[in-house]
Amino acid sequence: MVFLFILLVILICTSISVGSSNIGIPEIIKCLSGNGELTAEFQIINYVRIPRTVAAIIAGCGLTVAGLILQSLLNNALASPGIIGVNTGAGLFTALSTVFFSSNINLMPIAAFLGAFSVTLLVYFIARKAGLSRMTIVLAGTAVSSLMSAMTDTILILYPDTVIDRTSFLIGGLSGVTMDRIMVPGIIVFVSLIAAHTFSYDLNVLSLGDETGKSLGLNVSTSRFLFIILSSLLSGSVVSFAGLLGFIGLVVPHISRILVGYDNRLLIPVCALLGSSFALFCDILARTLFSPYEVPVGIIMSFLGSPFFIYLLLKQRRRLTDD
Amino acid sequence: MIRLDSVSSGYGGVKILKNISLSFESGSIISIIGKNGCGKTTLLKTASKLIEPYSGDILLNGKSIFNMSGKETARQISYLPQSRDIPNIKVYDLVMHGRFPYLGFPRIPAKHDKIIVKEALGRLGLINYKDKNIMELSGGERQKVYMAMVLAQDTDVVFLDEPTTYLDINHQLEILEIVKYLKKIGKAIIMVIHDLNIALTYSDKVCLMDKGEIVIYDSPQDVYESREIERVFDVRCQEAYIGRGQKQYVFSI
Repeated sequence: MVFLFILLVILICTSISVGSSNIGIPEIIKCLSGNGELTAEFQIINYVRIPRTVAAIIAGCGLTVAGLILQSLLNNALASPGIIGVNTGAGLFTALSTVFFSSNINLMPIAAFLGAFSVTLLVYFIARKAGLSRMTIVLAGTAVSSLMSAMTDTILILYPDTVIDRTSFLIGGLSGVTMDRIMVPGIIVFVSLIAAHTFSYDLNVLSLGDETGKSLGLNVSTSRFLFIILSSLLSGSVVSFAGLLGFIGLVVPHISRILVGYDNRLLIPVCALLGSSFALFCDILARTLFSPYEVPVGIIMSFLGSPFFIYLLLKQRRRLTDD
Repeated sequence: MIRLDSVSSGYGGVKILKNISLSFESGSIISIIGKNGCGKTTLLKTASKLIEPYSGDILLNGKSIFNMSGKETARQISYLPQSRDIPNIKVYDLVMHGRFPYLGFPRIPAKHDKIIVKEALGRLGLINYKDKNIMELSGGERQKVYMAMVLAQDTDVVFLDEPTTYLDINHQLEILEIVKYLKKIGKAIIMVIHDLNIALTYSDKVCLMDKGEIVIYDSPQDVYESREIERVFDVRCQEAYIGRGQKQYVFSI
């Protein structure tokens, strides 16, 4: 945990320091301490780098913990906000809110939450109706995700003048975020993380299945509903400012489990730290890899996440065959 | 003692259990037998409050279980389902889940809980497995871990749905020894069982069900002599003495 915290601090410093113009640590300290307000460095740090760094931290921990909750809730290693369509649901509702309420950016996290929540419930009920197997959930999620993506595309084509940058939104990106835009999502993510950690032992019991959970005295329906809301709040909030970032919610929970095991009480803080670090790392790569050009961070995440997803699919298939 | 009083139950409005009344005594093993689909599992699920009955009541030591909270019920009744997900979890942690009904918020196990879990692991010979992931274990070993969880839950009434199905003979006998130990420490063990020979040789009472109703609920010898098993299953059943007064039951068509 200490190592992860140190890693996060190093990445925060790097994120503030590197970019189209590199800024040394002494200048950063000078700017953060309130000196040099009129310098270009101060402007860059204050209005570009810090909002972007904070946004990466919020996006990383939000999507990772949302993925962890979904994987535990559905007892499915392949579940994540990106895979089962939660992000695209949030994206659709965000796009709708920008079309109909373009003047109010604070509505975006609420709309995104509603979209994420609706899709999670929809996928859950489809999978339940068809028998809650691992593959059913993934297939139901893929189908719902495709539908949501098609609807979002339609809206963005019909209303090209929405406040959303279409490419950046669909791939997922953090460029151009402002503190105003991430304030509300940041608070929602923070409160949701605290709540998820508070009830993390219930999530452990829930992953044993409904009947075992009930026979141990857990109120299964209430707990499941609570965690569906929390995962929707986490992923919806992130989508509202970062777009459809994929794979982070799938990859990081798995790496975290390799590091600390399967106890959600430990996994949630580890996922939050590692997810933030991963998002910062990808964002730094997105800014520097093709400098002076910048690519949306979602592309980097897909480059790193897709092979991991294929690996998991093969592993899952092998396990199903073995069983 | 747990008593079912005129209980009717089922799924989605379809009545499977029809006006069942019976009681299970402490310190005894009761086997529930019957053909597939006769309502054995529904009986277990209803009696352990996993399904709400359409009518009737279930009384635990004179108190309706429907007036108890989920945790209060779980401190007195445990239920081990037949089919379960295989969670990604260490043996020790799974057994510790048996203490969940006793944990207050924020769910931190006390020293007392840890001692009980250690005793349960020791009783089932699982101390050396405690750090293993349950996914690494065989079906029989997994069943033993779940039995250790039930032991840690420390309830007066234990419902087991087909605890020996799909297990090799060694693990079957091990599980049955655990069931006998639970009886010895005063628990009421009610198990759905498909192996009629096990039901007739290990139980204090046998409950034979057919089409959601109880055909006979009596001692194994009386159930055997009633010839109802032969009628319900459409088989022939014979006693076979295997020495020292012990007997087994042989079935044929």
